[in-house]
Amino acid sequence: MLSLYTRRRIINAVGLAISMLAMLFGLFWLCWILWTLLEHGLPALTPVVFEQMTPPPGSSGGLLNAIAGSLAMTLVGTLIGTPIGILAGTYLAEFGQRGWLAPITRFINDVLLSAPSIVIGLFVYEVYVIRVKHFSGWAGALALSIIVIPIVIRTTENMLRLVPTTLREAAAALGAPQWKIINFITLRAARAGIITGVMLAIARISGETAPLLFTALNNQFWSSDMDQPMANLPVVIFQFAMSPYQDWQKLAWAGALLITLSVLTLNILARVLFRQKATTH
Amino acid sequence: MPTFLRDASLKRHTVFDLLFRNLTRVSAFGVLVLLAAIIGSLVVGSMPAIRAFGFGFLTSADWDPVNDQFGALIPIIGTLVTSAIALLIAIPVSFGIAIFLTELSPRILRRPLGVAIELLAGIPSIIYGMWGLFVFAPLFADHVEPWLNDHVGTMPYIGPFFSGPPMGIGMLAAGIILAIMVIPFIASVMRDVFEVVPTLLKESAYGLGATTWEVMWKVVLPYTKIGVVGGIMLGLGRALGETMAITFVIGNSHELSKSLLMPGNSIASALANEFTEAYGELYTSALIELGLILFFITFVVLSLARYMLFKLGQREGQAA
Repeated sequence: MLSLYTRRRIINAVGLAISMLAMLFGLFWLCWILWTLLEHGLPALTPVVFEQMTPPPGSSGGLLNAIAGSLAMTLVGTLIGTPIGILAGTYLAEFGQRGWLAPITRFINDVLLSAPSIVIGLFVYEVYVIRVKHFSGWAGALALSIIVIPIVIRTTENMLRLVPTTLREAAAALGAPQWKIINFITLRAARAGIITGVMLAIARISGETAPLLFTALNNQFWSSDMDQPMANLPVVIFQFAMSPYQDWQKLAWAGALLITLSVLTLNILARVLFRQKATTH
Repeated sequence: MPTFLRDASLKRHTVFDLLFRNLTRVSAFGVLVLLAAIIGSLVVGSMPAIRAFGFGFLTSADWDPVNDQFGALIPIIGTLVTSAIALLIAIPVSFGIAIFLTELSPRILRRPLGVAIELLAGIPSIIYGMWGLFVFAPLFADHVEPWLNDHVGTMPYIGPFFSGPPMGIGMLAAGIILAIMVIPFIASVMRDVFEVVPTLLKESAYGLGATTWEVMWKVVLPYTKIGVVGGIMLGLGRALGETMAITFVIGNSHELSKSLLMPGNSIASALANEFTEAYGELYTSALIELGLILFFITFVVLSLARYMLFKLGQREGQAA
């Protein structure tokens, strides 16, 4: 019969060992997935990938049109979503102390933040694609912007709340009107944090596939017309990976590596950037 | 300064203030409009299916595009089952990770390890799908599923759930990959709520001679109960709506099967696979109704999650 003391020590040791294993378990998948990507993606990542268009089945080619399409839609999506997100986030942080609008918006925004992205694709299909009767790059960008908005709102509000009230009061005491205080003092003080939020939003949408399936669809050729179906990396990866052709699968791995590297770089960069700024305050 | 100048400038600033405040207010209001528009468009889009099938849509397992017969039972079950498997695996693992990050990890490693776990959340879901299909599923079929068949499949009661041809892809594989995807979400919420526990409380327990495990289990966990459940619900919300990873590995079959090793379908993967190829108004509309059901379920789950996290935040405010 173990003494109470020994038993408690054993339970403690076992519990802590298991929690350490859990940590290893999490890291294990991260390493395995990254390793798989490097293993399959690096050999496939040749200069041709950046020079040629997506090929028809069975022949070789590159991902140029898909990369360009992804960049264009991500850019437009970010440009639409960011201003709205920053303005709404400003309202929540600066004017949202009283009234019913701010708490409800905050709540709904938090829900939208993790809403299934495929439903957003359906929504854009219903309200835009059906009206104009064809898939298009604009529709894809619109769907992406709807994903950007809640992320930017959340980070903008959080970052503005970190700005000390004394800063606002000092500006107000000098006679600055409220719009000037917000635009030139508080938003500027929170700039690093807000940029971080935008970067995280870009990272999030550059890997999104589901909302693009019903909006931008795909295009085998070069297209600079946003009003036409547009090639984009995630959908091309999806289509190529599910295909039985070796060449296509190889390109899918190259694309997967590209996307993951850029998303992870953005994620790490955003964290480093914000951390530095945060400590200089 | 002459009075008239000051008045003019004051007036101008008042106007600017008003404009700016209302501009931000309209943007915030836009979020509500967006939600209303999403719900509205989904309801309008699914009207033909709602009219044709009524509530029977939810309980029918038919999915026959040729004869225009549609029912949501199989995708709904698939969504719920894969998410349940994901949570069963993810909850204990996330708890372990959160304990490690808040109590055990050396201070220098705390941040890098936390970031590493968050990066797991940053990997796009389509990558999980590819990895699942090409790397995980073959290994799973060769090594894990035969073992499950031989050992778990012969047990009474739970046996039928774990027997079947080892194909790799299927509900169980999808659930496991979902688990890996939601672990970072749940773990980082748990870590955040564990950090709000007042140090005084933990130190008192340590002072009385409690072990680290006892402090976590009997002090930290009860204190943060609501927040932990909120984090789990948040992970559940993610799991329910996850599309691409599931589409790759679930097998996309509209067959109801008792075995978790058999292919199934989830709402999101049915949408991803069939929507662009759907022909006829009723088929499209049935798929949109699936989307509406998914949105409704996740909305409820996420609302509860946020409510619980909000409650925890409130209590923290009172204690301070």
